[in-house]
Amino acid sequence: MTGERVWTRITRTENIPPREGRPVRIGDLEIAIFNLNGRFVTVENACPHKGGPLCDGIVTGTAVVCPLHGRHFDLISGLPVRAAEPSCLAVFPTRVEDGIILVDLEGAYKAIEHAA
Amino acid sequence: MRRLVVVGNGMAGVACVEHILKHNPEFEITILGDETHVNYNRILLSLVLAGEKSADEIVLNDVEWYRAHNIRAKLGARIDRIDRGARTVVNEFGEVTPYDKLILATGSSAFIPPIHGVEKENVHVFRTLDDTHALLAKARRGLKTVVIGGGLLGLEAARGLQVRGCDVTVIHLMDSLMERQLDTTGGEYLKRRIESLGIRVMLPKQTAAIVGNGHVDGLRFASGEELEAELVVIAAGIRPNAGLARAAGLEVNRGIVVNDFMETSDPDIFAVGECTEHRGQTFGLVAPLYDQARVLAATITDHRGPVFTAAAPAAKLKIMGVDIFSAGSIDESEPGVEVLKSEDPSLGAYKKLLVKDNRLHGMILVGDIEDEYTYMDWLKSGADLSSMRRQLLFPPPAGDRGLEVADMPDSETICGCNGVRKGEIIHSIHEHGITTMRQLKERTRASTSCGTCAGLCEKLLRAVVPDFEVETKTTLCACVPFSYERLREIVRTQKLKSVEEVLAVYGNRRGCEVCKPALSYMLDMLWCGTHEEDRSARFINDRVHANIQKDGTFSVVPRMRGGVTSPDELRRIADVAEKYNVPMVKVTGSQRLDLLGVKKADLPNVWRDLGMPSGQAYSKGVRMVKTCVGTEFCRFGVQDSTNTGIELERRLENLFTPHKFKMGVVGCPRNCAEATVKDLGFVGQDGSWQVVVGGAAGKSVRKADLLITVETTEQALEAGELFFQYYRENGNYLERSYDFVERLGIEKIRKETVYASDEDRKKLLDRLHRSKEYARDAWLERDRPANATQFVQIEPIDKVREGQLV
Repeated sequence: MTGERVWTRITRTENIPPREGRPVRIGDLEIAIFNLNGRFVTVENACPHKGGPLCDGIVTGTAVVCPLHGRHFDLISGLPVRAAEPSCLAVFPTRVEDGIILVDLEGAYKAIEHAA
Repeated sequence: MRRLVVVGNGMAGVACVEHILKHNPEFEITILGDETHVNYNRILLSLVLAGEKSADEIVLNDVEWYRAHNIRAKLGARIDRIDRGARTVVNEFGEVTPYDKLILATGSSAFIPPIHGVEKENVHVFRTLDDTHALLAKARRGLKTVVIGGGLLGLEAARGLQVRGCDVTVIHLMDSLMERQLDTTGGEYLKRRIESLGIRVMLPKQTAAIVGNGHVDGLRFASGEELEAELVVIAAGIRPNAGLARAAGLEVNRGIVVNDFMETSDPDIFAVGECTEHRGQTFGLVAPLYDQARVLAATITDHRGPVFTAAAPAAKLKIMGVDIFSAGSIDESEPGVEVLKSEDPSLGAYKKLLVKDNRLHGMILVGDIEDEYTYMDWLKSGADLSSMRRQLLFPPPAGDRGLEVADMPDSETICGCNGVRKGEIIHSIHEHGITTMRQLKERTRASTSCGTCAGLCEKLLRAVVPDFEVETKTTLCACVPFSYERLREIVRTQKLKSVEEVLAVYGNRRGCEVCKPALSYMLDMLWCGTHEEDRSARFINDRVHANIQKDGTFSVVPRMRGGVTSPDELRRIADVAEKYNVPMVKVTGSQRLDLLGVKKADLPNVWRDLGMPSGQAYSKGVRMVKTCVGTEFCRFGVQDSTNTGIELERRLENLFTPHKFKMGVVGCPRNCAEATVKDLGFVGQDGSWQVVVGGAAGKSVRKADLLITVETTEQALEAGELFFQYYRENGNYLERSYDFVERLGIEKIRKETVYASDEDRKKLLDRLHRSKEYARDAWLERDRPANATQFVQIEPIDKVREGQLV
């Protein structure tokens, strides 16, 4: 597993409107890609609380609010914004090349596991 | 009892008296003030000007406070003379007040630069509540207004007047705005932000004269150019009011000279506040003055010992959406000072830290002041930062502020203005059983000055008090801190047509899940669909026109007007349920059918196959009209409730409301369709309709109030429409009609709807009909989606390995 990263080319940037998210399913994995006014970020699409679809949440700054019960998560770090919850979101490396969003599906990163 | 006389009823003088009272002094206290108002918070005048607070809301000590502490207050009379020999002061009416100890807290006045023509009508200063009222009386939409002075006060005045509709230009003598608190780069970022709010900035510009015949017509600059102006506000700085002391022979330079104990050159006379000069320095920000007040209180009550040291100044601009914070020394040229900077022009964020001997020495934060508390902590504690040099510009994420409050030491200052520490707040909370912010403010004075620590105080309360009560919400939310009413006025008069625009100009630019849907509603209600709808600001239900369920699927409720359906519709519903494997079909409480568990991607096809309009069962909007069979079939029916209900639903459907809006029409008082517990109900009687409003049968049960009794069905429909539109325009977002009716009172609602003048009724109905013209069945988006991926699941394209196709 040295070196070479595999990027999955997902979709054109214009398919994700500003301040909205979209779900993408790859096998058993479901991710949510957000457009933070031109910056694209990817997290797992299930709220650690009750599995809510984060892609459908309202974006506030760089955070998303889960549409089911209002949990807030920062989309860049994956960390919970408000409640002192132990859980956080897995964040996937994301970049844009030639107008296409690429995600490294193997590169998930969880801030809290690493911090502990 | 010794007689203590305080000349000056402002923030510093009264703060000093408050501290004196804590020492249980043997004093008979008299406060003499030339303003007619009780002590108010001068720092917040700009918020009164901008309409964010009322004059009452900035009162610090009400009349009751003076009475409760046996303080004699004589207001509205200027003191003209001190007779040091006789130990008396004499006011402008010749009244004499004797003293044993005298405190001069005479404050400062607006500095009027030597410009020709400053005496003209419509030239104002901005220093007192009276000045503020005078400006408010003049302000109107389009008024050509020039503010001379680009410092804190000038910019705040400019913004306040601009929010009131004035067309504002700021003139500044220097090359850069707020040059005392910012460097040139910071000033440039600030200028760009101020301009983006719609305020013109001209600098460097020296005003030579104010021109006009008696009243202002314009300004003439030293360069010879002229600028048209109908109103001029001078905010060019302040000067200590030291004339009284000077005339009495006290030692005075620019201000009344005081030593470290706040004593003047006369052993019985003391001074505090903006009128003072300490070690060559005069003051304009409140925090050091409150320190002076504390020191003087000790000195004068025979506890002489504490000394005043002027701490590093900190200044924050109080304009929503313009985040500026500056503290400590910002002088780069000081020996041993290292400078760290970060800039993000697209975010409008600029940060500069001055570090000396591995300690924070000063800072400038523009556009991003999230880390203000962390930096202030470093600045005040003098913490050694050598171990975190790499993180200085971006300190570790604050995470949850609540936790951060819990982690703060008790000695940490929460309220910088009043010097209230965390420990004192917690002690007060326990000792006095404080549960609200209001009580906290009264007891500790925390958060009563500039108010920027209100958030921290609230978090502390939340953390310590289990049954913390959130006080009645007067503002929409912290992102856009205006009342609903004010915000509606702003959006209407400033012609703001997108959520992003409102947040950029009047808010924190981010918005949240509370204000974004509320603003979306407000824009839709005011601009009836002629605005730019921002789907990202809406809750998911209103993005895809279906109600999200706990597993992320959606429920689909087609409109079935009046609860009347047909065999053909029922067949289609059955077919759809089978074709899309709908897990549950449910009869709702609203006389409709609900298809539960539909996938987002299937929604457009489900709607197409149903061929029925959206029932809006997912939105804060018109839900349905529940009806009984009335005269159509019922033996007891006296009115045609079914057809009336269908007509009512047709007239109002597809419109948004502050909260969901349910209706019922019944053909007789037996009320089989429960019209008296609906937001709007018609109750049929023999020969008339009762139109009732504000009923509820949800979390609470409330019987609707009678709005009016009318003879004809058309009259009933019109009364219903009037109430409906009135609620749309005046209801706060997420306020159900029953809370709305209780808040306003049915009498007022009657007067402004069914009993309003013909003209006003017509206007209400016209606005409703105009909105209705633009309202569309949301499910038509099955053929014209708002964007390509609104319902369509994105499929990945392919995989690449470091730029190569796999």
